[in-house]
Amino acid sequence: MTTATTGGPATRAVGTPHVRLEGRDKVTGAARYAADHPADGLAHGWIVPSTVARGRVRSLDDASALKMPGVLAVLHHGNASRLTEDFVGTFGPDATTQVFQHDRVPYLGWPVACVVAETPEQAREAAETLAVTYATEPHDVDFRPGHPGAYTPEEMAVGPACTEKGDVEAELAASDVVVDAHYSTAEEHHSPMEPHAAMARWDDGRLEVVDSTQGAYATARDLALLFGLDPASVHLRSEHVGGGFGCKAQVRPHLILAVMATTLLGRPVRVVLTRAQMFTLIGHRSPTAQRVRLGAGADGRLRALEHTALSATSTVREFIEPSAQYGRSMYDADGHRTVHSVVRLDVPTPTYMRAPGEAPGSFALECALDELAERCGLDPIALRARNEPAVGPVSGLPFAGRRLLDCFAEGARRFGWDGRDPRPGVRRDGRWLVGTGTAAATFFTGARPSTAAVTAHADGTFTARIAAADIGTGARTALTQLAADALEVTPGRVRVLIADSDFGDAWLAGGSMGTRSWGWAITLAARELRERLALGEDIPPDGLTVRSDTEQAVNSLAAYERHAYGAQFAEVAVDPGSGEIRVRRMLGVFAAGRIVNPLTARSQLTGGMIWGLSMALHEEAVRDTATGGLVNTDLAGYHIAAHADVPAVEADWIDDPDPDDPVGIKGIGEIGGVGSAAAIVNAVWHATGVRHRDLPIRPDRVVLMPRP
Amino acid sequence: MTASTSGVITLHVNGEPHTLTVDHRTTLLDALRERLGLTGTKKGCDQGQCGACTVLLDGRRAVACLQLAVAAEDRAITTIEGVADGGRLHPVQQAFIELDGYQCGYCTPGQICSALGVLDEHAAGWPSAVTADVRPEAGPPALTDDEIRERMSGNLCRCGAYTAIVRAVAQAAKVVSA
Ligand code: FES
Ligand code: FES
Repeated sequence: MTTATTGGPATRAVGTPHVRLEGRDKVTGAARYAADHPADGLAHGWIVPSTVARGRVRSLDDASALKMPGVLAVLHHGNASRLTEDFVGTFGPDATTQVFQHDRVPYLGWPVACVVAETPEQAREAAETLAVTYATEPHDVDFRPGHPGAYTPEEMAVGPACTEKGDVEAELAASDVVVDAHYSTAEEHHSPMEPHAAMARWDDGRLEVVDSTQGAYATARDLALLFGLDPASVHLRSEHVGGGFGCKAQVRPHLILAVMATTLLGRPVRVVLTRAQMFTLIGHRSPTAQRVRLGAGADGRLRALEHTALSATSTVREFIEPSAQYGRSMYDADGHRTVHSVVRLDVPTPTYMRAPGEAPGSFALECALDELAERCGLDPIALRARNEPAVGPVSGLPFAGRRLLDCFAEGARRFGWDGRDPRPGVRRDGRWLVGTGTAAATFFTGARPSTAAVTAHADGTFTARIAAADIGTGARTALTQLAADALEVTPGRVRVLIADSDFGDAWLAGGSMGTRSWGWAITLAARELRERLALGEDIPPDGLTVRSDTEQAVNSLAAYERHAYGAQFAEVAVDPGSGEIRVRRMLGVFAAGRIVNPLTARSQLTGGMIWGLSMALHEEAVRDTATGGLVNTDLAGYHIAAHADVPAVEADWIDDPDPDDPVGIKGIGEIGGVGSAAAIVNAVWHATGVRHRDLPIRPDRVVLMPRP
Repeated sequence: MTASTSGVITLHVNGEPHTLTVDHRTTLLDALRERLGLTGTKKGCDQGQCGACTVLLDGRRAVACLQLAVAAEDRAITTIEGVADGGRLHPVQQAFIELDGYQCGYCTPGQICSALGVLDEHAAGWPSAVTADVRPEAGPPALTDDEIRERMSGNLCRCGAYTAIVRAVAQAAKVVSA
């Protein structure tokens, strides 16, 4: 980075609340999402999902469908264009892209055909009446601990599958107190409110695409690779995206089929997933079966920590929910082991879902610590204070700041934690039993190379271009604030354009790395531009543009344990008669680097905390072992927290400066969903005296679990 | 489309009549979005479970995905595009911007239309499931946060913007009734 500006002027826009720049468009309905773009001659595609869980397509009566009114084409494995077979995309090899490339059915809901018609009604009717027969094979969708097919791979996408140091068994044997508990979490679905949609058309030799994606550049690049196209001939935009949470980070069937269909028909085609298809075609979070063994001295100091996690993947692609990763940077012990295993089932392929690994993993480990605190007669916060590691427990690297205990101190003060009666099951409020709980949170602070361009115009305004995505994070606004400060102008003079693959390579909105990675690139370009202007450089009529590429800077970041931290608190009321659980309030206090826009940051953090609530109490996709499909592929059966489920949820933060970090921004998109479920579950124990170790805590689970 | 599967209808949307030929199967939601270009009303589920497609029919909340277009003739339809008064935003819209009552914005048109319905229903004295005293003589209940949450529960928000939405509706209620 340039030295002339380090320690430069006091920031002005960053740190000041700023309403979303696209706010007016969003509240008036003017903001266009992927399915909202009109086109002359638009045709509509409707996907036909398989109705069996395993087998082959034997026959498909496209001739009858083609005779139906308005039907233009029926795409299927017998006639679809060929795709790159060994496709390796942004997230590695991905055979889920091989739509209509073979007749195999790997799970119930796999696309077997796509009907394209003049109107959505015509496409839907033809799709729903399309006769498909299958040669079925026996399927196995039964996820359970001890499944004979479970295996432990070498590597996961995010690191080694196993880590081990010391002798866990010996340390457990020498411990005064041992907690050995099994935890499970349910299959969860991202369920963004906007179903995936794409519109594609060829225009003068260029493929013009609008897609709901978390990364315009990455998706365009992957799409080009998949179709064997020159990357420069693919232009993809995603101006507004109705939520992503990880399920819009890859090329998905709707996009592939829109491109296939427009290429075949020579007219624009839009394909939108139905809500039911959102449960099969875009990834999900695998159910997990976890075991945590903790051994400690009577003083609560950990001697042994073992976390094992089993998840499921499909037969198409291996994806491992990295739940046991959480303890690798969080807590130390002389005997320390984390192990992931996975089993291939005839189910759709899971993927990254908001706080992948950390969400289910923090539930298990933070609940186990609560049990340990109880056994040791320690306050849960005191137990965590006693186990603060000096360096990364597995990596041995120093921490680039770790303000976990400060989060707990501030949170405890605001929540009114001090003086809490630790005894469970003793507070009554009418029919309710009331309790409070807490848990820690962490999320790693990463960065990925990105490029940006910032242009100075002769009229004193500036335009920044970066293939960032604003999926609700407030990135558009945050990047404007960052650019304004780097340029030392007011945000009103800066226009930030995003979500266009023509703007060049940039990381996608994922891994809580978006604003950090993009902000870095924007800041570098803006600073250089300001310096050149300060030196008197002229602005030509088409503007003076500076480009940045952070690849080198990102790759030369010093090796540290870099994380955001948080302390989660919850108060719940449980009706032991009906099994109903009401969360009364939640508080999260975070140390998450420099907060660019307090207004939108608070929204992101509380949103994440509400995900924790929803995971703890509501979300559960239920698979029918007989058919192999889910029984609740809709938003009535798959309940996500609604208004009435969500109490006062407060998020706040403490200062978390890191003068050695070139950006100072940490991600906040995911940490809100870490530890929040555990805080609620721990509060349910405090209310009732019952340890719930299976999520969600449904009313029947409350009623059926005997109180001590 | 043949005469037996389609018909000519007139929809009154945001004060404007639109005459169009529709497939009888067309939902009001698809008619608005695909035929009239009013894409502000969103499709989250297409089966009445998310509230993203909420519009006002004769001033009352309705999910446009569960309504056939042919059945919406002669109703006064208000969509998100008709909520602002020309360039002047409605207090509910203003409050959503100021208090950040959204994130991705996809549920927002439905939340806002629903909030308009809530304010009217409340002003008309309608009780909700959390209203403690439902006797007619008790009068309209105070529009507490719990009342707002209950009445807005048909509108899902996966981003989890609920706390800010409730604040926005409460603030707008004060402005509207002032
Ligand atoms: S789209 Fe109508 S309720 Fe979901
Ligand atoms: S703002 Fe994204 S769903 Fe509500």
